[in-house]
Amino acid sequence: MNLGSDKMAKYIVKRVLMALVTILAIASLTFFLMKAIPGNPFLSEKNPPQSVINALNEKYGLNKSVPEQYLIYMGNLLRGDLGESIKTQKNYPVARIIKEMFPTSAKIGAIAISWAVIVGVLLGCISAYYRGRAADSALRVVCTLGISMPSFVVATLLLLWLCGAGKPFPTIFDGSNWRSYVLPCMALGFYPMCYIARQTRTSMLDALSQEYIKTARAKGLLTRKIVLKHALRNAFIPVLTYLGPQIAFVLCGGFVVEKVFTIPGLGKYFVQCITNRDYPVIMGTTIFLASFVIIMNLIVDLLYKVVDPRINLAKED
Amino acid sequence: MKKIVSLALASTMVLGLLAGCGEKTATTPTPAPTESQAVETPAANDGLFNLNINIASEPQTIDPALNSAVDGAIMTGHLFEGLYRWADSGELVDGVQDCNLAELVPGQAESYEKVANEDGTVTYTFKLRDGIKWSDGKPVTAGDFVYSWRRLATPETAADYCYMIDMVKGYAEINGGIPETDAEGKVVLDEDGNPVIKEYADPTTLGVEAPDDSTFVVTLTYDCPYFLEICAFPATFPVREDVVSADPDGWTHNVETYLSNGAYTLTQWDHNSQIIMAKNENYYDYDKLGPDTITFKLMDDNNAMLTGFNSGELDFIEDMPVDEIPALLSSGDLRIVPYIGTYYVCYNVEKAPFNDPKVRQAFTLAIDAQYIVENVTQTGQVPASGFVPSGVAGKDGDFRAEGGDYWTPATDDEQYAKNVEQAKQLLAEAGYPDGKGFPTVTYLYNTSDNHKKIGEALQQQWQTALGVEVKLENQEWAAFLETRKNGNYQIARNGWIADYNDPISFLDMWLTGGGNNDAQYSNPEYDAAINEAKSTADPEARMTAMHRAEDIIMGQDWALGPIYFYTQKYMLNSDVKGMYYTPLGYFFFDRCTK
Repeated sequence: MNLGSDKMAKYIVKRVLMALVTILAIASLTFFLMKAIPGNPFLSEKNPPQSVINALNEKYGLNKSVPEQYLIYMGNLLRGDLGESIKTQKNYPVARIIKEMFPTSAKIGAIAISWAVIVGVLLGCISAYYRGRAADSALRVVCTLGISMPSFVVATLLLLWLCGAGKPFPTIFDGSNWRSYVLPCMALGFYPMCYIARQTRTSMLDALSQEYIKTARAKGLLTRKIVLKHALRNAFIPVLTYLGPQIAFVLCGGFVVEKVFTIPGLGKYFVQCITNRDYPVIMGTTIFLASFVIIMNLIVDLLYKVVDPRINLAKED
Repeated sequence: MKKIVSLALASTMVLGLLAGCGEKTATTPTPAPTESQAVETPAANDGLFNLNINIASEPQTIDPALNSAVDGAIMTGHLFEGLYRWADSGELVDGVQDCNLAELVPGQAESYEKVANEDGTVTYTFKLRDGIKWSDGKPVTAGDFVYSWRRLATPETAADYCYMIDMVKGYAEINGGIPETDAEGKVVLDEDGNPVIKEYADPTTLGVEAPDDSTFVVTLTYDCPYFLEICAFPATFPVREDVVSADPDGWTHNVETYLSNGAYTLTQWDHNSQIIMAKNENYYDYDKLGPDTITFKLMDDNNAMLTGFNSGELDFIEDMPVDEIPALLSSGDLRIVPYIGTYYVCYNVEKAPFNDPKVRQAFTLAIDAQYIVENVTQTGQVPASGFVPSGVAGKDGDFRAEGGDYWTPATDDEQYAKNVEQAKQLLAEAGYPDGKGFPTVTYLYNTSDNHKKIGEALQQQWQTALGVEVKLENQEWAAFLETRKNGNYQIARNGWIADYNDPISFLDMWLTGGGNNDAQYSNPEYDAAINEAKSTADPEARMTAMHRAEDIIMGQDWALGPIYFYTQKYMLNSDVKGMYYTPLGYFFFDRCTK
């Protein structure tokens, strides 16, 4: 693929710099928002003595003013230090939490998004091709269902129907058993699959009515080739746009799915750290996810060019 | 097709990403174990007896001094042993067939001598058992206890439960500091009325000593009746100085450095997945231990817990979906045991209209607790008739029974009608006949289905019985705690679980300015009664003072509105025998058989 290497390199450098600025902005915003919510990590139904609260505030630097805490945090962040969890996993380094929890989430997320794309695009094509026929209607029902059902319903239903004694899948996740992966991946990929199928169908219908498709038909090309090669390439662009951030979200762990299937993943940290007011974990996970989304968006932008060479990314330069 | 098909492209994207994130990832699930998964749980089928227990999800910490949660206490209770320990009494807990009551017996100490000193202090001299060892084989010495207790008392350790040893001589000066005094010897107060702290005493001044390796001497400022129970409390378990001081924040995160002296020893911790412990070969009672391994499964979802229990993947669970509870109870699979704690509403006694005891009493009487325990909570809770729950030790028997009821809980409609009648009269006396002129008040609770249902029942009961208008408001947990602590509410949900089996655990929190005094309650008479209870050496006078305190806060001031006394529910594999429990919420599995 010819990306106009010089221009392209410049474009990528510019995007990376922009990404860094964005991450810093997100980190700053998160920091001040998180400090603005009421409560603190040391509150509990049973309050420890004041001496302990003072010692804890000092230990985690929470006795300093918020701007001072911000400067210290950003300084540490630039040196690559994400700090330690205050509460969720007391005194455990945040970087280690991410390093240990992310692989499992990523593995399940990758499988989930892979099947979602493959099946979603395929169903979308079938639906568009058989527009208005029985297959189309059936698929639309499934997809509407999938989009309207929250993942905790899907996950819990799968758990209740298919897990346990005399049923094919185990209740408690075990990383070395392939059966453990089936249901979480299914639950996690179901929504994106339905979304992708609907998106593909819509843009496919649009593509199929274009002049160049008529031309291709007039030239006598095989229908299959028209759909898969000419129409799909254009139809895929909106799906790609959706996929960028979605991959980041799915790979970083679905909180609900991980909770239901007892998966040791990163998902729960995104939620628990906020309830716990575990400031370093809030910052660490947010920055991690934000970086991921930004990187995925960059990759998607580069891929646009692959899918449609007419797109000129470096145009504005 | 010569060019890349879009589908393949999407997968490439995912694959590329995975390559980027490095370790142990694959797109297809293969049964081949990867490095981290190679260490396998010793399962039942290899001839070893393993119990799979679910209490809660990942514990915040398993450092016995830093832990402040029940799940952490249960785990550390198997891994460590204090001077005293909980053991099976051989007696069943009332109402169940598969769980015995725990009793206090000597643990690492084999005996003790207690001497009352002339200055009112009391000295306990513990003789440590012969041959007690850490999991690495080194002997447990009295010096280990000295180190651990000093560590607990030091403010820098930041142990939530440091105050458990507040009866030890020197603790107050180490943890609370030495107050500044003026020329006349009076304590200098700051603007908020708190004493100005001059300095903190050195931890070595704590009243603990080790004259030799097997003798541990503790001096208490007064004769604390529950001191032996404190000696079995996780915060007072010994820890090893060499590993703790080498890595104060990280020693619990590594199986190698997590040395313990209890019945079991930590062999594996897969974060958010499981904690596995195995019999400690160096434990003095090794031969009497039950399960070869105990696996604590760290789970969050109560559907998964019940499914796991039903499929045999779990032997013990404490939580299940609320909707399933009635059926499980009637089938007998779900058991209920007492749990020393009170669920109550606290009134903000500083703000109108709840600054009037009559209004508070009216609201408390108008609560139909029977309805709430039968239709909302549904797990055998007992309608409250005082603040200190039943099950707390009193002079001879039960403190609640000896103290009597402050009102008659509405066990039937007739009694409830009587209570309501009295409540209406009280409200009229307070100037609000039939609720007329009474401002709209707000009941605050933390966001949760159960608390919401209770809140709705209370709202309904107060509105119907008293003719007042009650609004409900919920807040997320941490925000709720702050609001309630700062007294920015009118009525709030509250709950208290005992730390140790003594009424003072429920009563000293209502001292003026106390850290947990959410009701903002302050009554000099009450403070005097509590201080008397805390200083007297006479057990009988102590109990009398505590009854007097409860009479003031409940019978006279009606500062709190107790609803019910907690219970603990659980399900246990019917093949497992020998589990025991203390009503403080701790289950023990170390002597279980199958």
